[in-house]
Amino acid sequence: MTREAVSAAKPAVRVQAKTGKVHGAASAAVLKGLVYGAAMLTFAVLLFLLGYILVTGIPHLKPSLFQWNYTSENVSMMPAILTTVETTALALLLAVPLGLFTAVYLNEYAKRGNKLVNVIRITTETLSGIPSIVYGLFGMLFFVTRLHWGYSLLAGAMTLAIMILPLIMRTAEEALMAVPDSYREGSFGLGAGRLRTIFRIVLPAAGPGILSGVILGIGRIVGETAALIFTAGTMAQIPGLFQSGRTLAIHMYVLSGEALHMNEANATAVVLLLVVLLMNTLSALAAKKLTKK
Amino acid sequence: MENKIEIHNMNLHYGDFHALHDINLDIKENEITAFIGPSGCGKSTLLRSLNRMNDLVENCRITGDIMLDGQDIYKNCDVNLLRRRVGMVFQKPNPFPMSIYDNIAYGPRTHGIKSRVQLDEIVETSLKRAAIWEETKDNLKKSALSMSGGQQQRICIARALAADPEVLLMDEPTSALDPISTAKIEDLVLELKKDYTIVMVTHNMQQATRVSDTTAFFLLGDMIEVDDTEKLFSMPSDKRTEDYITGRFG
Repeated sequence: MTREAVSAAKPAVRVQAKTGKVHGAASAAVLKGLVYGAAMLTFAVLLFLLGYILVTGIPHLKPSLFQWNYTSENVSMMPAILTTVETTALALLLAVPLGLFTAVYLNEYAKRGNKLVNVIRITTETLSGIPSIVYGLFGMLFFVTRLHWGYSLLAGAMTLAIMILPLIMRTAEEALMAVPDSYREGSFGLGAGRLRTIFRIVLPAAGPGILSGVILGIGRIVGETAALIFTAGTMAQIPGLFQSGRTLAIHMYVLSGEALHMNEANATAVVLLLVVLLMNTLSALAAKKLTKK
Repeated sequence: MENKIEIHNMNLHYGDFHALHDINLDIKENEITAFIGPSGCGKSTLLRSLNRMNDLVENCRITGDIMLDGQDIYKNCDVNLLRRRVGMVFQKPNPFPMSIYDNIAYGPRTHGIKSRVQLDEIVETSLKRAAIWEETKDNLKKSALSMSGGQQQRICIARALAADPEVLLMDEPTSALDPISTAKIEDLVLELKKDYTIVMVTHNMQQATRVSDTTAFFLLGDMIEVDDTEKLFSMPSDKRTEDYITGRFG
């Protein structure tokens, strides 16, 4: 570069620096716009969806939809509501203790660099990436056919439990990892053993994180269709453990598939929304009770 | 004074790293012993060996003897009972995320005390002893995390006292605190030595001179010198101690 070029370049740099500042303010404004825009858009989509469900569903809610028994006349969703609650409770009952205690083992007991730990982690990561239809197929081949359970609540709940296990485990593990080691040290320093430290100090402190995993799990169970059609079947009845039943989501799927009962399907969506809301509130309350000692 | 703790030929390894070399040290009953030395010299490691907190560290190996009242704490010894007798206060205040009352009652409950009356009494005496009763008596149900750093540290001291220990290990208990809280804790420690044997790690040499009776100086895993605090700071017998306390390094 010649000397002239250098001296010519100098002012150019300065100008650039100046415009750089202006440019900074402009880009900040653009970024702010984008951030606000994204937030508004997300909110608008949610609001629209919620509004759509409510507007199309609420006018079709009528007492006959909540009769105890389903007939092709009343298209009652009462059995589906109860099946949803049963399925969720059963699947959580199976998956939460198992997932939680696995997480406790991985985080509190296993030595670092333990091969088993890596195997468990890789397995769960792989499992959480599998589409639910595959779980459904597995459930059908194993629980329904091999174990001769038939299309049943138990087969469905077991399949769902396996499906949400990685989710429960991962969130519980993250929650346990977020508990500061200084709590554990404090507890050990007072002469408490490992078990007492885990139950009195670590788990209560990790409670909210574990709960968020459970709520996500509830969401997946309530919204699941593919895995259930193959395992729990589509009978509209209040099922015992070894009987077929349809959850609200499947009820909706069947109704809209038949195309005769679109209005009832829309009404079901409203109830599904309420059921999810109710279950989340209940589990939040339960967790609050449990962690407050 | 009698020796509360005696350390003989103690060596400690973290994996391949030889962290403490041939430590021999007696800790006298109802005295305050201070460990000083630059970062990484092994003083906290030694402190944590006295109630076997190093057991929690993987690949930590200890040889030699550490005797508490003449009994080897690494042989035929119930760790939980040991930690009850040898309490610990940590560098950063670490109250549990629960009420002040439950924090203090955690130790006694762990050791099987269930009676409400008894627990109430222990909580009150412990908080009084840790000079934090006046500030907490009206809100024992409040979360311990809502208190200031200095108050939290005194709550942690009260929590350690509630387990009814004989020895209190303090790992730089004031390094995260402001000067006023530090002064309060120092006064408290001087008060507590009537009833407890106290071992304190400190980074602050003024603190060692203000508080301790005996001081041990550590450097790179060796214990260089141990003596009466007054003597060690006025006439150190080792050149390295002199260099450190006069601020030539560290």
